[in-house]
Amino acid sequence: MQGKRKFGGWLFLAGVILAHGATALVEPDLARRALASFVAMLREVAPVLVLVFVLMFLAERFLTPARTRAWLGRGSGLRGWLLAVVAGVISTGPVYTWYALLAELRDKGMRTALVAVLLYARAIKLPLLPLLAHYFGLRYMLVLSLLIAGFSILNGLLMERLLRQPEAE
Amino acid sequence: MADTSQALARTLRAFVQMLPILLGMLLLTSLILAWLPRTQLLALFGRHASLDVLLGAVVGSVAMGHPLAGYILGGELLAGGVSLIAVTALIVSWVTVGVVQFPAEALLLGRRFALTRNLLCFLFAIAIAYLTVGMMRLLG
Repeated sequence: MQGKRKFGGWLFLAGVILAHGATALVEPDLARRALASFVAMLREVAPVLVLVFVLMFLAERFLTPARTRAWLGRGSGLRGWLLAVVAGVISTGPVYTWYALLAELRDKGMRTALVAVLLYARAIKLPLLPLLAHYFGLRYMLVLSLLIAGFSILNGLLMERLLRQPEAE
Repeated sequence: MADTSQALARTLRAFVQMLPILLGMLLLTSLILAWLPRTQLLALFGRHASLDVLLGAVVGSVAMGHPLAGYILGGELLAGGVSLIAVTALIVSWVTVGVVQFPAEALLLGRRFALTRNLLCFLFAIAIAYLTVGMMRLLG
């Protein structure tokens, strides 16, 4: 997994740069628009990256595997599920900026189910709830948010069941 | 102090490992957005109610960008006569399924994890869409 993470990322980046290069040859205007959009997105993501770096550092420095297991591991109980839902709801920025932190936490003992719960609960965007209510109504916003919160738990339970290794059963 | 500097070094190493994946994701997203403008998506809907639900979930799954863009597109579709179930499937899959983010998720959290999670989320988006509208009707 470590090797895959190390080299797979660079291969992925090289592949996407090649795709941009090919687009520039075929459709130069489109490639220019894509590049401008890339720069705008990078600016938007940069502050989130700082936050992710700080959280990764804090996790690395203060979260021992034993502590991670206690808060987010198999024995964390209801507190662990609630913590994952709340962390998902309040997390900001694009989801892919959080994969590395979650991978690190899982390596330290975070339960797979709770990784899935956190990723699913991100669908509830607190700052955007008023806008969702504006477009579709307050009742719709409340019903949808409650269902997403409920399904985040179901998602975690099913993920853990489906990903269970045969020897662990 | 030694613990802190070691933790900082380990964090930097992990962060640098993440950077090519992140930059690749941003480049890929910008390229796809340039190839497929949002307005083209609107023309796909409106042929059959059940098909629209599936289409909503598929479009939401491959779409990317700010969730607000999903709300706006959903609002436009709703105003254009597409059912609330299809629009809900689009909104939910927009924020839970990530076809474009799949390579990054698979690289960092594992291919099996990413595949299972995205498949489940796709099915959940359709289930949530029907449940939301069903509950709205029940509540009057």
